[in-house]
Amino acid sequence: MRVKVDLDVCQGHGVCHMSAPEVFELSPEDGHSIVLVDPVPPELQDAAQLGVDSCPERAISAE
Amino acid sequence: MRVVVVGASLAGVRTIQALRRLGCDAQVTLIGREPGIACDRPPLSKGFLSDPDATARPLLGPEDLAKLEVTPLLGRSATDLAPAGQTVGTEGGERIGYDALVIATGSAPRLLPGLEPRPGVQVLRTAADAARIKVALSARARVVVVGGGFIGAEIASTGRGMGCAVTVIEPLPALMIRGLGPALSQAMTRRHLLTGTDLRLGVGVAGLEAGAAGQDQAVRLSDGSTVPADLIVVAAGAVPETGWLRGSGLDASDGVLCDGQLAAVGVPGVYAAGDVARWHHPRYAEPVRMEHWTSAIEHAGVVAANLCGQGRTHDSLPYVWSDQLGGRLQIFGRVQPDDDVHYVLGDESSDAFVAITGRADRLNAVVGFAAVRELLPYRKLLLDGAPLSAALGLAGTSA
Repeated sequence: MRVKVDLDVCQGHGVCHMSAPEVFELSPEDGHSIVLVDPVPPELQDAAQLGVDSCPERAISAE
Repeated sequence: MRVVVVGASLAGVRTIQALRRLGCDAQVTLIGREPGIACDRPPLSKGFLSDPDATARPLLGPEDLAKLEVTPLLGRSATDLAPAGQTVGTEGGERIGYDALVIATGSAPRLLPGLEPRPGVQVLRTAADAARIKVALSARARVVVVGGGFIGAEIASTGRGMGCAVTVIEPLPALMIRGLGPALSQAMTRRHLLTGTDLRLGVGVAGLEAGAAGQDQAVRLSDGSTVPADLIVVAAGAVPETGWLRGSGLDASDGVLCDGQLAAVGVPGVYAAGDVARWHHPRYAEPVRMEHWTSAIEHAGVVAANLCGQGRTHDSLPYVWSDQLGGRLQIFGRVQPDDDVHYVLGDESSDAFVAITGRADRLNAVVGFAAVRELLPYRKLLLDGAPLSAALGLAGTSA
């Protein structure tokens, strides 16, 4: 599984980081989401999906 | 297993998606009052109103619904719940049996007597509502917003930005006071005043003077004054959609009372998600009900996991945001009415601010305006359960 953040759409709500801190970090510069593990290992895929689902801007995609 | 989901909006739809993602092969039926799947609501009171090119985006397309292998029963309301026989009745007269039921009927705008929706009097809930408001704002209507909560404040701010004359009528002494507490709501209220919005605080609506020939429609206030209005938007909060549960034995006095795992108290096999759920959140002493977008999606994940037997508790940090006055207002946690407020970035009149609130060394909430990045370290402390003094220490200020 690979997750991708569209930084043009990301507004820095940070909900992905709250949902899945193992997968998403927030940039100290602008608060945008950063994917920490790519590709996402199997044991973190549920967490990653939670992060994808939780984005208010639908800025994160998984495939 | 037969899973019946009542409510085809955010919480219901996301519950089904999460169920399938967990590999659950239950037979799923989705009952919804509207003929289709609802749209994503947050943009409707935000960018949608001012952006001429914005379109409402549905939560799910027809092909997505098919992929989820759901039996849709849309365009009909659920009418009643019979927990003994484990069935739900619909307007069409059907009785749908379930092994597990998810109540996700959401909430409806609170209507005010004399201000029922009709041409010129509008609530904001659906994409169609938002489209009508957008037309009026684009024509620089004189707008009277009844209710100064988050939605009312967003509409007022957007209306001013589009050049409309805007009046907000709010019976409480400040805007957004329930979400922000007295001090922060006063500060945000002053910011709204600076945009030229006419604020009528501490007064209610006494009635409506209908526009006879050659006369304007006008709102009559409890202090005897009147305000002419081309468009009246009633933004007086929302009430959970639980009328259909009357007589079911569920405690639905203010939403469906649930345990920490979002299972309805006293009735096995029934869960609630979204605006309609009132649940025991481990962070708070009293059961809470939240109308936050993020709560609805988190509920969906928890309910789906629990339908699969995972026994998950819903304990995440509440989060709500509001776009107004050219910035993003973000609230993590819950501001309590008697909280002390400390500005850790900026102050009550600066372009951007971060404030932390709490009492007796308990950190209750982090509130930021136009400070998405600066707020992050404080939010982390709140998430970790750090005391108020730790957050003040981080800011280098004294308590």
